[in-house]
Amino acid sequence: MDDYQFGFHDPTDKYVFKSRRGLDREIVYQISELKKEPKWMRDFRISSLETFFQKPMPSWGGAVEEIDFQNIFYYMKAAANLEKSWEDVPEDIRKTYDRLGIPEAEKKYLAGVKAQYESEVIYGSLQEDLAKQGVLFTDTDSALRDHPDLFREYFGKIIPPNDNKFAALNSAVWSGGSFIYVPPGVKIEFPLQAYFRINSENMGQFERTLIIVDEGASAHYVEGCTAPTYSSESLHSAVVEIVVKRGGRFRYTTIQNWSNNVYNLVTKRAMAYGDSLMEWVDGNLGSKLTMKYPSIYLMEPGARGETLSIAFANHGQHQDAGAKMVHCAPNTSSRVVSKSISKGGGRASYRGLVKVEKGATNCKSNVVCDALILDSKSRSDTYPYIEAEDDQISLEHEASVSKIGEEQLFYLMSRGMTEAEASAMIVTGFIEPLVKELPMEYAVEMNRLIELQMEGSVG
Amino acid sequence: MSAILKISDLRVAVEGKPILKGVNLEIRQGEIHALMGPNGCGKSTLAYVVAGHPKYEITGGAIELDGVNVLELDPCQRARLGIFLAFQYPVTIPGVKVSDFLRHAVSNVRNPDRKEGEGLIPMKDFRKELKDRMSEIDIDSEFARRYLNDGFSGGEKKRMEILQLSLLRPRFAILDETDSGLDSDAVRAVSEGINKLHGPHMGVLIITHHERLLEFNKPSFTHVMLAGKIVETGDASLAHDLHANGYAAVRERHPAEAAEEQAVTVKA
Ligand SMILES: Nc1ncnc2c1ncn2[C@@H]1O[C@H](COP(=O)(O)OP(=O)(O)OP(=O)(O)O)[C@@H](O)[C@H]1O
Ligand SMILES: [Mg+2]
Repeated sequence: MDDYQFGFHDPTDKYVFKSRRGLDREIVYQISELKKEPKWMRDFRISSLETFFQKPMPSWGGAVEEIDFQNIFYYMKAAANLEKSWEDVPEDIRKTYDRLGIPEAEKKYLAGVKAQYESEVIYGSLQEDLAKQGVLFTDTDSALRDHPDLFREYFGKIIPPNDNKFAALNSAVWSGGSFIYVPPGVKIEFPLQAYFRINSENMGQFERTLIIVDEGASAHYVEGCTAPTYSSESLHSAVVEIVVKRGGRFRYTTIQNWSNNVYNLVTKRAMAYGDSLMEWVDGNLGSKLTMKYPSIYLMEPGARGETLSIAFANHGQHQDAGAKMVHCAPNTSSRVVSKSISKGGGRASYRGLVKVEKGATNCKSNVVCDALILDSKSRSDTYPYIEAEDDQISLEHEASVSKIGEEQLFYLMSRGMTEAEASAMIVTGFIEPLVKELPMEYAVEMNRLIELQMEGSVG
Repeated sequence: MSAILKISDLRVAVEGKPILKGVNLEIRQGEIHALMGPNGCGKSTLAYVVAGHPKYEITGGAIELDGVNVLELDPCQRARLGIFLAFQYPVTIPGVKVSDFLRHAVSNVRNPDRKEGEGLIPMKDFRKELKDRMSEIDIDSEFARRYLNDGFSGGEKKRMEILQLSLLRPRFAILDETDSGLDSDAVRAVSEGINKLHGPHMGVLIITHHERLLEFNKPSFTHVMLAGKIVETGDASLAHDLHANGYAAVRERHPAEAAEEQAVTVKA
């Protein structure tokens, strides 16, 4: 779309390192070599690569078969170092983040920031008092180097490489991402934010995020993503692993706004232990195809999981998003609220699974999916799956599909709204129950992104 | 100079079925007109068509505001030109806060050249104005934060329409049964509201089945519609008479329209 505001890009000739196109053992060795990784990680990567080659492409979801894996650059390093001050970040890159508004947001309301550009995190900060309390917020590569034991205890344990083809791919070529550890009882008030930016055409970004929220601790992490508009595709395939221990609370918010040439195929999973609360808040705009089903494994009694997701599928886009809740213990509860909007020929699908393991009695799950279709070219589908091996449970599922109402449009227009403004208002109202869950700054951003999607679109 | 809203020989069909069959009506700024008529005769249809509802097919005639061809404009442009319809059945817009909605509406109507995304009227001034208007028509200020008409009672919705009227200050307002479904205190509040707003700058068409609203806002003209035509026009006493004696006498005086009315009912 020409109205995508982050479609600009920087020159790449000054990059420190750029792998050749394509994927094989040599590329994987090279990445591991450059990062000076321990042998176990190199072996992990190589065996993951084998898994990736062996696994078939998923036959459901979106048109993933169009991805040409050999046309992608798997690793690019634009800057030599990870900087602690924006002044030290190379100028081109710094300007990009200025345009994205990150340094300013950091000053105002963030507890810490990571900025990833292509394959590597190029900037990182964390409030001093949090660091003193033992909070770790670093890029994943540094975590492997600096906190090897903690790292190895959890890495690849929540999402093993053989989980799915794209998790295997990420495990083979991962680079960057966030690593967070919140010690027992530490409550982080302001959000920690990471910002992922793809800059090159045919780039593959494979960040790997690992978050451990210890007993009774709480935190909120927010990620944003953008990329330039190119005529051929880029690939973003992240893996996010989260552990929330007994009594902990964690919220992971994504406001993804990829340009519409990006394949966004992400595996996100959290394990929630006794009496903890895990929440995914997932805003999916842009991309060519998104396949993302954040999941929560409710491991012990009293664990709660909640997923709120908004998907906006515009022209040429397919959002195949949803949620997965796995009740592994009795007295656990989950809630999914999904709102999707499709417009201009876009397609939004909700794909969700609620699974109750044997013996997980007294579980509660509530799923609500609402779809809003803005015109007759656009499409919405719902694929809810339920697998229950216990019957002393309460499962609810509601789904609704609505078209934007002529009466609503007329009412708003009769009060001086243009047609575009009126539709934007109806859409904003439709997602309001989710947007009001976001911190104010992100709510404003989300509404602005929706307005951009709606602009100049009608008539 | 006062503007005129002029409706001439207006013919309207919906889904191929003729509803308005040649309506003539002229309203000047500052005048109050009452429009009465039995259920289904076409009053709301007229109101919707003036406001620009897309579902009606205009098969003949014209609507002009000070020489501007209103039929060529979309509802948004009509609103910005100074036309307002208080809906018989106001629409619910979930998730949209009353105050956000009103601020957009006011910004657009007061600044007709405003484009999407351009600045809104300043928050501070707007808040104050909104608060004042709300207290004038006895709406709790808490309603500003609620979602538009979502879960509102019938009477609350009607008050919300009058609130919009008072903020948008149109040149011509059509009130479609704004008094029905209101308790007597509310009718008084709404009537007083209209009375205050009405002045040399607003022409009003009050569609009603009751007399109360007209007691507070005495019409200079009362029109009676039968089967899609205005068959009689009189003064305030006509409204009173219709109220007391019903439409039997009107039907007797206009047998042709009464017959058409019959035909429609039988067909339906
Ligand atoms: N979509 C439609 N399809 C068919 N007929 C319609 C449609 N909309 C309105 N009508 C008919 O047009 C006629 C006029 O309706 P309108 O709502 O204008 O009546 P009214 O005079 O406002 O009545 P009331 O006093 O009950 O409010 C009615 O017979 C109604 O059934
Ligand atoms: Mg009516």
